[in-house]
Amino acid sequence: MDAVLNIGIGHFLTLAGIIFTIGVFGIFLNRRNVIVILMSIELMLLAVNINFIAFSAYLNDLTGQVFTMFILTVAAAEAAIGLAILVVFFRNKGSIEVDDISSLKG
Amino acid sequence: MVVQAFAFYLFAGILILSALMVITARNPVHSVLFLILAFFNAAGLFIMLGAEFVGMILVIVYVGAVAVLFLFVVMMLDINFAEMRKGAKHYVPLGLAIGALLLFELYTLYGTWNMAEITKTNRAAPVESMEQLTNTEMLGSILYTDYVYPFQLAGLILLVAMIGAIVLTLRTRPDVRKQNIGDQVARRAEDVLEIVKVTPGTGV
Repeated sequence: MDAVLNIGIGHFLTLAGIIFTIGVFGIFLNRRNVIVILMSIELMLLAVNINFIAFSAYLNDLTGQVFTMFILTVAAAEAAIGLAILVVFFRNKGSIEVDDISSLKG
Repeated sequence: MVVQAFAFYLFAGILILSALMVITARNPVHSVLFLILAFFNAAGLFIMLGAEFVGMILVIVYVGAVAVLFLFVVMMLDINFAEMRKGAKHYVPLGLAIGALLLFELYTLYGTWNMAEITKTNRAAPVESMEQLTNTEMLGSILYTDYVYPFQLAGLILLVAMIGAIVLTLRTRPDVRKQNIGDQVARRAEDVLEIVKVTPGTGV
């Protein structure tokens, strides 16, 4: 009972592990839909952020929060570029299926 | 303690459920809306851990910018999403296997892991040294001093992403006639207007 009610770092690490696994599973489940794959990547980045914040609070060290902000920056840039590529691809091919994205294969 | 545990299980439960809905929803618009719910709950967890600034930034950046961008793209592209889900069931066993393997690995990692004693004394930015400041002030006081170069680099990444997104989606269409204000202003009556005296009966 004490381990259930006393919220420690283990609870947050477990939560982050579950969210990360859901993100990985989402990539397999929506293998043909690029938009949901991008959303799964956002979920995985969120899991990493939860880990950083949990350790930051546990160790009373601010560095984790600083790095969370850098991850947020990179995630926002990644989403913007990814969706821009998606829009351009849809304009050229009329589809966003992953199986159609093979022109570079030669 | 009970209130804290209740808050944690509430936020964590809704977070996991909405994350599951993100990847299983039939309609991608619902996926995006559940992603927004997931980020709200993660922000609640961050605030619970004392990281108020990052929690608020998560709401502003993700819900305000990234999720709306996703929503915009999902609604703008004319895609048959039902067609796209066909054959998705083939990958469920493989995905479940890899997910279970990953979860098992994480479990064994966390189960055997112990924090080294030196970690607790070896901190880069201890909170105790700036006890009288708020979370935002503490973050600012190390972000603009110790981490000023990574901070500038993050700004550069955003600039490159912005220019990249604009360059990628910009298209010049030659068949569209656009107004050219420079040409219009530079136009002179002497160049384009000719006054002809016409004598009656001869024509121009």
